[in-house]
Amino acid sequence: MGEFKVHRVRFFDYMPSGIRALAFNQDTERMAVARMDGSVEVFHCSDRFFQEKIIPGREQCGIEGLSWVGERLFSAGLNGGITEYDLTNQKVKYTIDAYGGPIWTITGNQQGTHLAVGCEDGTVKLFEVNEDQIQFERNLDRQKSRIISLSWHPSGSKIAAGMMDMIQVFNVETGHSIHRMLADRGAGTSRSKECVVWSVVYLSDGTIITGDSVGMVKLWDDQTGTLIKSHNVTKCDVLALSVSQNEDSLVAGTSEGIVVQFQFVSMVLEKDDKEWVRTRTFRNHTHDIRAVAEITTAVVSGGMDAQLVVRPLLDKIEVRSAASALRKIHFPHRRLVSCARKSGLMLFQYPGHLELWRLGESEGKGTPGSSLFVKRNPEKLLQLKVKGEDHIRCSAVSPCGGWIVYSTASTLRLYRLHCDNNNISITKISKLPKVLSSANQLCFSSDSSHLFSASAQSSVHIASLSQSGCKFVGTLKPKSGSHQAIHLLAASEDGKWLASANSDHEVHIYNLQTQKAHCTVPVYSSAVTAMGIHPATNCLFMMHADQQMFEYSIEQKQYTDWSRTVQRKGLHRFWVERDTPCLNVMFNPQNPSHVILHDMYMLCIIDQSLPLPDDKTQFYNQLTLKSLTEEQRKSQSHAFKVCKTFKDILCVELMPDQSLVVVERPLEDIATQLPAPIKQKKFAT
Amino acid sequence: MATLYEGYTLCGVGPVQNSSNIGILGVEQGRDIDYVLVTDSSRSITVYKVSDQKPTGSWSVKQGQIISCPAVFNTQSQEYVVVTDDRVVRVWKEDDVNLEKAFKATVSADVLRVLSATDSEPVVLFCCGAVRFLDSLLASPQQPIEDVLTEDEIIRWSTIVKAEHQLVVLFSTEQRGEHCLYVQRFNPNTLVKHRIETEPGLSAPISFSATCRGSNIHLLYLYLNGSVYESVLPFRSSSTGAEGVQALSCSLCLSLPLGEEKLMSGAAVVLDEAHVAVIGFPHPSAGACKDYLCIWNTHFQTLQASKEMAGRIYSQLWCYSGKLYVPHGKMLSVIPFDCQKSSLAAAMGKLKQTSRSESKSRSFVTSWTCSDVTQTTEIKSRMSTRNNVKSALTVDQLVEHIKTSAVEDVQAEVGEFIRRAPQADLQLAAGRVALELVSRSQTDANFYPQCAFLQLLETRYLCYSVCPELLSLAMVKKDFHLCQIAFQIFSDIPEAVTCACLKAILSTPDLEMETVNLDTDSVIFMKELTQAHSRSDEEGGQLNGFCPPALESDVSDTPSNKLQRDPLSLDMSCPVGLHKGALLNEVLQTAYSDRSLLPHLKDLTVPQVIVFLQYLRFLYFKYSHDAHKQIRALRTPSISQIIDWVCLLLDAHFTVLAVAPEAKRLVFDLHKFVRSQVKLYAELGKIEGSLQVLKNSKQSEDFGMYAIQVIELF
Repeated sequence: MGEFKVHRVRFFDYMPSGIRALAFNQDTERMAVARMDGSVEVFHCSDRFFQEKIIPGREQCGIEGLSWVGERLFSAGLNGGITEYDLTNQKVKYTIDAYGGPIWTITGNQQGTHLAVGCEDGTVKLFEVNEDQIQFERNLDRQKSRIISLSWHPSGSKIAAGMMDMIQVFNVETGHSIHRMLADRGAGTSRSKECVVWSVVYLSDGTIITGDSVGMVKLWDDQTGTLIKSHNVTKCDVLALSVSQNEDSLVAGTSEGIVVQFQFVSMVLEKDDKEWVRTRTFRNHTHDIRAVAEITTAVVSGGMDAQLVVRPLLDKIEVRSAASALRKIHFPHRRLVSCARKSGLMLFQYPGHLELWRLGESEGKGTPGSSLFVKRNPEKLLQLKVKGEDHIRCSAVSPCGGWIVYSTASTLRLYRLHCDNNNISITKISKLPKVLSSANQLCFSSDSSHLFSASAQSSVHIASLSQSGCKFVGTLKPKSGSHQAIHLLAASEDGKWLASANSDHEVHIYNLQTQKAHCTVPVYSSAVTAMGIHPATNCLFMMHADQQMFEYSIEQKQYTDWSRTVQRKGLHRFWVERDTPCLNVMFNPQNPSHVILHDMYMLCIIDQSLPLPDDKTQFYNQLTLKSLTEEQRKSQSHAFKVCKTFKDILCVELMPDQSLVVVERPLEDIATQLPAPIKQKKFAT
Repeated sequence: MATLYEGYTLCGVGPVQNSSNIGILGVEQGRDIDYVLVTDSSRSITVYKVSDQKPTGSWSVKQGQIISCPAVFNTQSQEYVVVTDDRVVRVWKEDDVNLEKAFKATVSADVLRVLSATDSEPVVLFCCGAVRFLDSLLASPQQPIEDVLTEDEIIRWSTIVKAEHQLVVLFSTEQRGEHCLYVQRFNPNTLVKHRIETEPGLSAPISFSATCRGSNIHLLYLYLNGSVYESVLPFRSSSTGAEGVQALSCSLCLSLPLGEEKLMSGAAVVLDEAHVAVIGFPHPSAGACKDYLCIWNTHFQTLQASKEMAGRIYSQLWCYSGKLYVPHGKMLSVIPFDCQKSSLAAAMGKLKQTSRSESKSRSFVTSWTCSDVTQTTEIKSRMSTRNNVKSALTVDQLVEHIKTSAVEDVQAEVGEFIRRAPQADLQLAAGRVALELVSRSQTDANFYPQCAFLQLLETRYLCYSVCPELLSLAMVKKDFHLCQIAFQIFSDIPEAVTCACLKAILSTPDLEMETVNLDTDSVIFMKELTQAHSRSDEEGGQLNGFCPPALESDVSDTPSNKLQRDPLSLDMSCPVGLHKGALLNEVLQTAYSDRSLLPHLKDLTVPQVIVFLQYLRFLYFKYSHDAHKQIRALRTPSISQIIDWVCLLLDAHFTVLAVAPEAKRLVFDLHKFVRSQVKLYAELGKIEGSLQVLKNSKQSEDFGMYAIQVIELF
């Protein structure tokens, strides 16, 4: 098969941002995640938790709560504003000020008519959800202390609010407080500290469940306003609560990083007097859990350690499959690295800036497994800070290394890069065409002569690049009516074809010469996670979130024979069960039958000329093959050549000199940069 | 090691009347080793079967009569003898019921004791020091008894020792603080008086114990200050006249630790040549309480076993056939004990130990030495007939046979014995048989059962300490084969003996040596070693084209007239014959301590040193050529052993080697070779450093922020 020189790059200091809020939409099976940096992501729970949409954050945004109202997503934050998101175009739709100071919580009623927000000034504000906006309706009775948490009664007539040291129950009609329940402070020294009711859940049977800073999960009766039962969960804070749809299970996340499950079960078999009983404990986090959500078959939790953990509840799963495995999502399902292949430059995308690096050079040759002498160290050429408060949505460096482009929610900036030996200069292209105001995805043509900018309504704008500047050429529009944002673009090597993939799983292929839509690939049920056009055959190779792969001949407008064979024979079990999506598709110009793929844990070369493995063959066979002779290898090898030498991979690129660039971000390095977790007494420490 | 087993009570002790001498007058051996005769100080004599703890017969004297000495059993006539009211000797048989009706005779003087040894006539000791055989006394009871002792001389202690059909009566006396020991021998009757001379300030000995060992009587006596002295008396009287008082030389053999309390009494009894049982002295680690029975090893001054005795301790202690009889409190306890032969090898753990070796301890205690042999023979033969129909020889029979039989018969019998004896018994017996064989060989010049010795060695139950004479005997007989096997098997040969053997080997001409039959494995090794030389010379060059040029260049700085040839091929012929070499190899592999070996090495003569050094050099060169690697042999000297011996030899004879002209060449060669080796190892050390760095660099997985690596996919 062959040797590869690999640049192992670990100087991309990508730091995922901590998770602050979760909101689960039962109907669409989407999980919205708000992070500390203000970004909001939408995961498709039934499509292997693929990160469908990313709405980048902005400075000083400080989201504190997320809420779905129907299919609309709202957030509120410490800046005092309520934000609705345009999920189609993956951007903020509008923000209105609630005029109540910082907002600690936002929640919509089940009827989808109202939003309630809890403010610093002690008011619960009700907003009416209109067709295209929300409108302030009224305040409930103002309280003396801030409103930390809110929960609607499913009927929508009552609302429970968690505050400092107490819980109030309001009648929504009158706006008056029905009950005031006092939360106990902790014993001993913590008696002087206020008890913060971090989270409240209002059940349809009138039970109010609260989680507080004393470490208690308490159950209250809203008829009498009395405490029914309390569970001491932790010595620290109970920060988040979430109840399942049918109200038989509750999960609580604590600042120790554990998730505790309570279940509503009858104490005596087949009797009806049920009680909330603490059942399970999950320890998947190292830091505070700021948000939990119980979805149909799993508990989703996220916190300061920035990973989204999907812990399946095995009692609710009928068939064990890849979907029923514990899933930890560390990295975004988008590429944060782009590579100027012809000049050996790499562009790293951070939320607020870009970094351009030149790869190092090696000397001599080495045996497999050895490290080569680094003749020239990698070099950071450029750090480009974003103007304004918005974070970067997408960025790209042209294959020749002469152009850098990035886009935030509001602006798109294109730079010309002059690079002769050690002198780096950069000039901003000032007069950009109006249509290039913002982009969902950016891509250069392989000869760096054109810039493709995915824009609203699933359209792609084409701009030609020259020394003089940037000139708008035309817009490619899909034939279908889908308006979903494009998250992937792929241009063919010969400059003839462009493929785009959007959140509706549609893949459109355009003829760049005629600037017309060429065809649409049949829509597959799972999202496209990566795609590429083969330089020799002009076949589009697509990877999907469910790990299926398709090869579509653009010229013949049909799947290739190899693709049909793969679908007919099926993929190997081990391949399908991987839990991170493939994020890049590359081709080896020297060996047209090779397709190079990678996910977070592995690098894979698919040799289309070799037989496909069936479930009986050994899938990860590299070690076996290594021990065999050349002759024996022929009979043993199959199409999937998986290399697991690298881990925590953010990006893999194939350079023209046949060397690979592997950008790793070891999770241990991330862990060391996280703030210290709550100190816990451990044995023998 | 010695062990005290769980004891049991034999009988109660009558009420104590006077404080010092208590309920029991004496315990004497009965008609069998399992029977003892307990004489009560009141009025009764009881025979006990010890194993059953039951009395089998009891006699008492009439009211008003007093038993004045312990009753004894006359094994020749199967009669009991006791003296009542100092002058009435009574003799009766087992089936006599009434003592009054038994034979009695009144003698003319006060009788102190009747002393009886197995299979010999009892002896009557009068208070005045006169001695009569019981037979002759009873023949004419009123015969006059002469006064041997002066008027105020009192007999404190007496015993009878029997060995080689010879009886010796010992008794000690006290006269105005002066202590004397009288030794009465018979046929001819001689009485020798010894003055017991001890350090000034010592009071009277409080306890005596005599044993017969070899041709000497060993007398042990215990003082109140805890000192145990030993004196050795010749069995047969050497002095012609009995006139005068001879001083009795003594040596301190044990110092018992004393507690804070003042001791009033105590007793000691010899168990075997190395062990002594002591009662009445405090246990060294149990504080002031003195109610302990202890077994001490006199060789190593170590406490071997101890047992706490309840109740009051009297200074009385008897030992018969592996059991101690201790009156304490209101009972007489029987405590079986077990003394294993103690050698340094055993103490250091070099000798294999069995948990119950020496079931029959070697305690030649006065009165039953002879009965021991016969009685155990009976038991053993009974046991062996039960085990196998064809009765094999017992150890004792075998030992008797060895004393008299011809060489061939002895060899056959020993072989038979080794085959038949159970392993545990064999371990005990092997040493005894070997000792017996050696002593016969030493006295009888024509007697040398080599096969028997070899067979005994093959059992691997022998070690040097068990039978020290064996090696020297073999040396005298020039039995190098036996020497070789002994060297292989013994792990505790003293350095002096090693050196003596080395000397003997070196001084034996090669021609004579080649006729000796040696262990084939070792000879094959030597053959291969000497042949490897020529073979490597012939083939070495062609095999892999390797010749050591580095060493060649090493010596090129020295004057080059005759040193041009390969220094390693210098004198590669073996300086000694094959057999001598094989024996020397065995010497090289013995364990030794260099400090102890060094003075003995100086005994070697210069030619011997040179030959030995030449041989060591030969081995060293050979080993450096890796010749030995190709040779499969069970036992080969290691290179470090060789070098250690070279160093020792050079140390011992440094000046001689420096001046002797014939040694110059040898030392020069050695030096050259060693220098080249040192250089080689220095170079190897450097390489090791570089290799270590390479290894470390391979291991470092953490490459920092950036690396360019090569991977291979298949």
